[in-house]
Amino acid sequence: MSGVRALVGTRKGAFVLTSDAKREQWDISGPHFAGWEIYHLKGSPADPNRLYASQSSGWFGQIIQRSDDGGKTWHQPGTPAGEPMTTPEGFLKGESNRFVYDTSPVTGKPLTTHQWYDGTPHPWQFKRVWHLEPSLNDPDTVYAGVEDAALFRSTDGGTSWHEISGLRGHGSGDKWAPGAGGMCLHTILLDPSNPNRIFIAISAAGAFRTDDGGKTWRPINRGLHSLYIPNPTAEVGHCVHRIAMHRSRPDVLFMQKHWDVMRSDDAGESWHEISGDLPTDFGFVIDVHAHEPNTIYVVPIKSDSEHFPPDGKLRVYRSRTGGNDWEALTKGLPQDNCYVNVLRDAMAVDSLDKCGVYFGTTGGQVYASADEGNSWVPIVRDLPAVVSVEVQTLS
Amino acid sequence: MIIRVTLPAHLRKLARVDGEVKLDVEGPATQCSILDALEARYPMLRGTIRDQVTQRRRSFVRFFACGEDLSHERPDAPLPSAVATGAEPFMIVGAIAGG
Repeated sequence: MSGVRALVGTRKGAFVLTSDAKREQWDISGPHFAGWEIYHLKGSPADPNRLYASQSSGWFGQIIQRSDDGGKTWHQPGTPAGEPMTTPEGFLKGESNRFVYDTSPVTGKPLTTHQWYDGTPHPWQFKRVWHLEPSLNDPDTVYAGVEDAALFRSTDGGTSWHEISGLRGHGSGDKWAPGAGGMCLHTILLDPSNPNRIFIAISAAGAFRTDDGGKTWRPINRGLHSLYIPNPTAEVGHCVHRIAMHRSRPDVLFMQKHWDVMRSDDAGESWHEISGDLPTDFGFVIDVHAHEPNTIYVVPIKSDSEHFPPDGKLRVYRSRTGGNDWEALTKGLPQDNCYVNVLRDAMAVDSLDKCGVYFGTTGGQVYASADEGNSWVPIVRDLPAVVSVEVQTLS
Repeated sequence: MIIRVTLPAHLRKLARVDGEVKLDVEGPATQCSILDALEARYPMLRGTIRDQVTQRRRSFVRFFACGEDLSHERPDAPLPSAVATGAEPFMIVGAIAGG
């Protein structure tokens, strides 16, 4: 029987929410890793029981957790207790929480600084994993987007991680600067039609693309206009909040930028604005309907300092025309005195018929719609602040 | 020699232990030798107490023993003899910082 599994990361732990295909009754498991920040969890498209989770703490750093049974049990991949910590050649074995920037002049470029908020050079320092993106066809391969911004890959199920250093070293890295939440690589999109093409996005640097499996990268920010940077049309420096694509049409990208909702029809070569009649074009999340590549969802947020919905009304906006024409979806959502935020990784869709749409709030609610957004119900109301929501459609 | 180590609750949970940890440490009892032994027994703790590359103590982690704050001592400095004999535990503590 088909069903849905929602993976929810919060400021104080992870929760796994499961339902059958009706999506009416939900079983809630958690908190897993209680007390830790769970920035993201995601399942492998190739093996739905293989889940990865990013667990972090200001005290104790980064942990990677893995489940091989759909979230029932978890473990840290890495060298088991009692085994040597080094290889026979004397090199440190990989550990699941060992993220070391590649500064080798051979495999990367010894890039050591990016820009700080005030424009001064600042050393690159690993802080946490924001986003985990499992490979589309290999459960043991997974990408990690980290702060300070870089892309890592594991090909052994999260045991060891290696930087894809061509991104930081491609030439503009010393001009990247942090956004308010830190300098994070938060979006990783794998092109289902081209295994060598990956899109990523960084706050506040912009969007980047590789067409050769990560060896070389280039910025894809033409058409973005950001008034908060010295040159509003600069090649890098844009605070991209989220990018989404539909797997049937990977050259069409939708972007929620710091301000502006944008669209590209040529794999990021150029962007044009599709904010249209939104009440505000600031926001964090954006996602695409599972069956309608031109139907997209955003949650407008009032402004970059007022991180809550306009007028205290929590509204998802849907465009069935690929942008510009938007309709407010309010049924079941609070329309009075609602001042929560919806963070960039906290919206997802399932691929059932009808398409389900899900999002989590900083107030701890996870809302679900089993009818493409027409109506909403809270699956759960009082979790810690929700950081991320991912959904697996199970068969 | 057997050294007693106390861990903060989050790290006990990661290591799946209750109460104190008892470690057989070779050579002089120092922060470094204790952490080496701890990480060998519990590899899931690598990187949570000290940076995996620089080996520096994470800034929100403190070390105490015998009523003294040893956080800023050299990692290879001998610890009090009461720690070396197992009379007193080496305490790894998360800094009080809200949250």
